[in-house]
Amino acid sequence: MSPVLNWVAALDWIPWLLGVPLVFALLAFQFGARLAERLVVPVFGLGLLAATGLALQVLREGPQQHALGGWGAPLGIELYADGLTALMLLMTAAIGLAVVFYSRAYFRDDGRATGFWPLTGFLIGAMNALYLSADLFNLYVTLELLGLAAVGLVALSSGSAALAAALRYLLAALLGSLLYLLGVALVYGAHGTLALAQLTGLLQPGPLAWLVIALMTLGLAIKTALFPLYFWLPPAHGGAPAPVSALLSALVIKASFYLLLRLWFELFAPAINLPAAQFIGLLGAGAILWGSWLALQQRELKMLVAYSTVAQVGYLFLLFPLASFAPGAEAAWNGGVYHALSHAFAKAAMFLVAGAMVFAAGHGEISRLGGIGQQLPLGIFTFALASVSLMGLPPSGGFVAKWLLLEAALASGQWWWILVMMLGGLLSAAYLFRVLRQAFLPTPEDASFRRPPAMLVGSAFLLSLVALGLGLWANGTLTLLRVGAPFAGVTP
Amino acid sequence: MTPGLLYAITGALLFCLGLYGLLLHTHLLRKVLAFNLMGSGCFLVLVGLAQRGGQVDPVPHALVLTGIVVAVSATAFALMLVRQLYVETGRATLPGEGDDP
Amino acid sequence: MSGGAWLPLLVLASSLVTGLVIFALPETSQRLRSSLNLAGALIKLGLVSVMLWGVYLGQQYEARYTLMPGIDFLLRADALAMLLVTLSAALWLFTTIYAIGYLEGSPHRSRFFGFFSLCVTATMGLALAGNLFTFFLFYELLTLSTYPLVVHRGSTQALRAGKLYLGYTLSGGAVLLVGIIWLHGLAGNVEFVHGGALADLDPALHGELIIIFILLIAGLGVKAALVPLHGWLPVAMVAPAPVSALLHAVAVVKAGAFGIVRVVYEVYGIEFAADLDLLLPLAVVASITILYGSLRALTQNDLKKRLAYSTVSQVSYIVLGTSLFGPIGTIGGLVHLVHQGIMKITLFFCAGNLAETLHIHRVSEMNGVGRRMPWTMTAFTIAAFGMIGVPPMAGFISKWYLGLGALNSGMDWVLLVLVASTLLNAAYFLPILHAAWFKPQQGPWPEERARGRLETSAWLLLPPLVTAALTLAVGLFAALAISPLEWARIITLREYVR
Repeated sequence: MSPVLNWVAALDWIPWLLGVPLVFALLAFQFGARLAERLVVPVFGLGLLAATGLALQVLREGPQQHALGGWGAPLGIELYADGLTALMLLMTAAIGLAVVFYSRAYFRDDGRATGFWPLTGFLIGAMNALYLSADLFNLYVTLELLGLAAVGLVALSSGSAALAAALRYLLAALLGSLLYLLGVALVYGAHGTLALAQLTGLLQPGPLAWLVIALMTLGLAIKTALFPLYFWLPPAHGGAPAPVSALLSALVIKASFYLLLRLWFELFAPAINLPAAQFIGLLGAGAILWGSWLALQQRELKMLVAYSTVAQVGYLFLLFPLASFAPGAEAAWNGGVYHALSHAFAKAAMFLVAGAMVFAAGHGEISRLGGIGQQLPLGIFTFALASVSLMGLPPSGGFVAKWLLLEAALASGQWWWILVMMLGGLLSAAYLFRVLRQAFLPTPEDASFRRPPAMLVGSAFLLSLVALGLGLWANGTLTLLRVGAPFAGVTP
Repeated sequence: MTPGLLYAITGALLFCLGLYGLLLHTHLLRKVLAFNLMGSGCFLVLVGLAQRGGQVDPVPHALVLTGIVVAVSATAFALMLVRQLYVETGRATLPGEGDDP
Repeated sequence: MSGGAWLPLLVLASSLVTGLVIFALPETSQRLRSSLNLAGALIKLGLVSVMLWGVYLGQQYEARYTLMPGIDFLLRADALAMLLVTLSAALWLFTTIYAIGYLEGSPHRSRFFGFFSLCVTATMGLALAGNLFTFFLFYELLTLSTYPLVVHRGSTQALRAGKLYLGYTLSGGAVLLVGIIWLHGLAGNVEFVHGGALADLDPALHGELIIIFILLIAGLGVKAALVPLHGWLPVAMVAPAPVSALLHAVAVVKAGAFGIVRVVYEVYGIEFAADLDLLLPLAVVASITILYGSLRALTQNDLKKRLAYSTVSQVSYIVLGTSLFGPIGTIGGLVHLVHQGIMKITLFFCAGNLAETLHIHRVSEMNGVGRRMPWTMTAFTIAAFGMIGVPPMAGFISKWYLGLGALNSGMDWVLLVLVASTLLNAAYFLPILHAAWFKPQQGPWPEERARGRLETSAWLLLPPLVTAALTLAVGLFAALAISPLEWARIITLREYVR
């Protein structure tokens, strides 16, 4: 190991991950977009460095703990990072950095930048805090902060449609977090503690446990836009400015999913029964099929990508039934998390490049995008690479995820999920090729293109390369994920 | 029945009432009020259930204070959005959800 | 990584890097693009020759990289791999030359040649794959890199063909993937080894192994165009001629057939497959495909469509040979893998020449064309005779070994299939030859041949002449040590004598 890596691994990175984005948000709010644009690259670069440093520490020394300001539980805030946390933080930092480069070009001389930079700082800070939090109430606060920042970003677009989308999103987010909070209140009432580590194993099967599980799962499922509670997502994600769509679709829904994972496999584990897991899986299957079907019907490029998110969220929820049998549980866990990761990179790349395509063509109507291949060859190539990952074709992170999930389904004999995944893969190919085929069509006569700034396509291209690379460096990623994982050591 | 439990049950009822309002009312101001009702219900449950042992538990107080701050800021934000929607469209309902002004 | 790891990687890189660089080239830098293409193809051919010689001497070439816990990316140059690798490398060179001439002056050439190179990379990769996982990686890459070639023209017809092509191949890929993962769960990281690796598994698993075999063959059968999974192939011939040539000779259909060969011999092992009673159904499917393809070819007026149905039929000879238990049938199937490629690419080159020079697309328009384009039609005639199986051409060798193999393995009825298919081959090729050489010309050609000039561009004429000569040569010199037949014999020896 080189001395630089040793130095990186020796620092305590956790406070940086929380503090830096929040301080940046305050500065950007106070001193305006011009300063923010100057500060943002070093700030987010530092974020990526911090996330890398933490990942190295977790990889070398195992899970990390940090008491904020020296105050531990129960009144202080305890932070915790294992392999899953480290991966989520890395994902957030990397995508955040790419979106920053994109946004600097996208919002150039644009009034929306004034609101965009502070809100993005809050969004990233809240997300980092959520991933690091280890007690149920802190998780509520970060969840709420994250929701408010996200709604603020959606409301950046002008017009009544954007406002309505933002309000719908806000109401759904508030409803979700209050359902979650009621669950937290019940848990505290029953067990007198909120620390996840102390609660593990305490929840026993019974009406109270089931009520808690139902409330918290329902609340978080609304926030993750699980079928049939996805109604708020397409207008919010499809209507927002492209960098915002990328942040929301790639990162924000992963935060509530992450929380759901933690709860199901740590807090709820003793009280979960098979029908509950199968039911969640059924909703996931509904999301895959129905979301893909709706994506097929869309005429606007960004709406198609947004409905694709509705569909892809479904795969995440297949994790729950697939992990409920000992054979295949580890593969299911790895596959689900891997899907969250690779979907984040692929979807961020896709939304960013969709923004560049809309910029170039001046509109987002899919059927009139003919000739976009000649105008933006690297752009359509980026879209294609991201599509490969979303379709689950090799070599890509999406493929590794699909392989692991299929492996889990076969090992546990749940063949019905195999059919869903196969059909879902084909449907995703069907809707994504609706866009890709435009690259081969002649340019319509009335079309006029303008050249987008190089950074727009460039940053999206880098993200799509990461989505591809996740398929090639799966070994290292899975090693990191295994640190502190619930199934580590259980051979499939 | 201890007073704590009574508070908790009241809180649960308030939560349900708020949920009903949030889902079924179309006027956005009513929705925001319903959300506040749900929040208050939640806080009552949190404080009420924790008092069962007879001793005062300080942790829920800290939590509820934080919760109230979060709820207030969320409410302010929601009201701002509702007002802006009203300025732009002249209506205080979401499109496709009833027509009361 | 040992020294032997670099050669297979370099073989892949020689077309991958070429492809990526070409993508980045502007449309106008035609000379640079052509030079790059040819340089890439020549370098690859050189590397492959070195590797071929090494494998002949018993050298090991293996590159391994652990992708996921328990799953390796593995490239290994064994004798069977070299069969397809050498064929692809040689035919890539000819097709590149041909494509440069064919696409002269047409738009989007950077895109075309970029994906063309990716397509060859995928073919090389799946030939060199040392386990099913790696095979699948390249199998899907092939699907993705051929789609842009099929829809290259951007016409409604081309896009419809592309849709159908994707529908078939992606579904096939999904089925194949399930089969591979299932097998993975039962037997771990299954590498390709002579004689297969599954025979020692618990007999209680045999039922599952049969289902997996069906899944694998169904997934591979889509690309190998086994009836009833062949629907995409005749439609996909809307692609430009060099693409059809590549698709039908080395890339897509061969990928499927090659996969079936790998699965039967080196995953299950032919003896184990025979024990599970899997060979007879496979032989029946192959026979039905052979007869059905030939019958459909009879009625096609569109020349490329007739050739496409002929491919459906001919590729199944490989599958048929695979399903005959015994060394002689194996040799017949393997050698046809090469022979069919050489012959079919010649036919498609010639069809492309007719379309490009004289705008002839239908069989009914070919009257008297032999006098206008004698060289092209000579090449066509040689390849057609080869397909029919006239001695001493390539196809004759294949059919001879297949027939003997059928007798040896006790499946005498296969002889009837071979005879019927030969008659049908003759029935759909001979009328073309008759019309071209002996019927009077119907009207003036759109473009008469200038005195002292070639009948068409030299870029277009050279490749079919060379491949036609090869069709003759592999038949005439079948006994030489470097002939495909000898090579197939080496592979077979390693398969049966363990």
